[in-house]
Amino acid sequence: MRTKLKTKYQLYKMPEKDILDTLKAIVTPYVQNKEGLENFNEKTDFLNDLKINSANLVDVVLDVEDEFNIEIDTESMNGMLTAGDAKNIILEKMS
Amino acid sequence: MKNRVVITGMGVVAPNAVGLEEFETAIRTGKSGIDFYQELADLNFSCQIGGKPDISSEKLKNYFTDLQLRGLKSSGIIYGVIAGTDAWEDAGLVKAGEETPDWDSGIIFGTGILGVDKFREAIHLIDAGNTRRLGSTSVLQTMASGISAYLGGILGCGNQVTTNSSACTTGTEALLMGFERIQAGKAKRMLVGSCSDHGPYVWGGFDAMRILPGNYNENPKETPGPLSAEAAGFIPGSGAGALLLEDYSSAMARGARIYAEVLGGEVNSGGQRGGGSMTAANSQAVQRCIKGALKNSGISANEIDAINGHLTGTSRDPVEIENWMLGLNRKKENFPYINSLKGLTGHCLSASGSIECVASVLQLYKNFIFGNVNCEKLHPEIIKQVASEKIPRRAIDIPLNIIAKASFGFGDVNGIVIFRKMTE
Repeated sequence: MRTKLKTKYQLYKMPEKDILDTLKAIVTPYVQNKEGLENFNEKTDFLNDLKINSANLVDVVLDVEDEFNIEIDTESMNGMLTAGDAKNIILEKMS
Repeated sequence: MKNRVVITGMGVVAPNAVGLEEFETAIRTGKSGIDFYQELADLNFSCQIGGKPDISSEKLKNYFTDLQLRGLKSSGIIYGVIAGTDAWEDAGLVKAGEETPDWDSGIIFGTGILGVDKFREAIHLIDAGNTRRLGSTSVLQTMASGISAYLGGILGCGNQVTTNSSACTTGTEALLMGFERIQAGKAKRMLVGSCSDHGPYVWGGFDAMRILPGNYNENPKETPGPLSAEAAGFIPGSGAGALLLEDYSSAMARGARIYAEVLGGEVNSGGQRGGGSMTAANSQAVQRCIKGALKNSGISANEIDAINGHLTGTSRDPVEIENWMLGLNRKKENFPYINSLKGLTGHCLSASGSIECVASVLQLYKNFIFGNVNCEKLHPEIIKQVASEKIPRRAIDIPLNIIAKASFGFGDVNGIVIFRKMTE
């Protein structure tokens, strides 16, 4: 399990770019198309650009939950297709 | 015309050695893989000894991707993937490319129970109301066919990929199932084998049945072995064995090294009748299995040079010897050489058949018989049937042509396979 380095306050104050960087680190082990990571941005699609196995999306969600100390329900997970979607869900759950 | 089937690759993950070369040395020199485990003592096990293969985390990286290693807690999958991948590479085969599987290669890789440590983790999460936190591999690591599924994906096999289960007969049965598939022309290559998880959640039930030795926790490597007068139960083990079976003409065409030929064999059940039960073999069935294996292999009883028995180290050992004597109609000085691997590795349960098939084929290929350990004093009932020199206590070098390998399992199921040295 990922070590929690940040307090909830620090997470709340986290700039959006840092959230994307953290997301990139979280998805990296699951990425089958490493080239997709080179230009990781809000439009990056987990399945199409990064070729993450769809079964592994639940692992990504669990890692995100641990890192940001939030809970992502199934409905939110189903809408989490890109890095931008994930960022928005994280911001929404933390607010 | 049935296709001939040969063995062109092998891999082994045993408590006393990992890898073919180390394993050959271990069985030649009588190296024991039995150790004391504090974990078993802490859990109040009567038998606190067992056999676990030693796998470093560095070694794991040669067989699994970092992603596969995340949350990997199924020891059976770890052992099976290492043995299976080794057998594949030992046969000189390469993994299928990204797009197309190898349609001519299949897998029959058995197990008794898979991923118990992963399952335990899942049970704790579920009972705490945290089912959503199981992750994506809980099913894959605990489904029985997880082992053939992992291997199938790693190697890219496109023929039949499945898992069989018949308790301690599993590995030997898997071999015969793969043999029949090649013989029938349905596959060119079948990776066959079996694996068994380790640890208290696999071994506990046997401890509760009081069929494990409880008096050797201080000196595990001296526990009386199979065939010995003092044998007081089997030592629990774990691991995996794998053999690459191949159609003879395919092996010849690609110039593969051939370890031995699988002549045939037999599987049957005693139906838990006539003295057979859930835990004991019906002797009639065992003798029928022996005779059936000879018939299916087209050999006579006198052609068998050596037997690698099931022989676990329980009170059933003398019964097994008697069944061989009656099944082959050979006794005393005329009895074949006989040995059991379980003194060195423990009883590797569902992995035992395949690990012992690897040991048997190595003996045939390298012309030796490994010694039975910790049985200086042979069981009095056994010594009545078999001349003592037929039960070597140290490895002997001797030319061998045909070896019979037997496995018997809970549920009153039997499997016997006949291996012959490749001469032409």
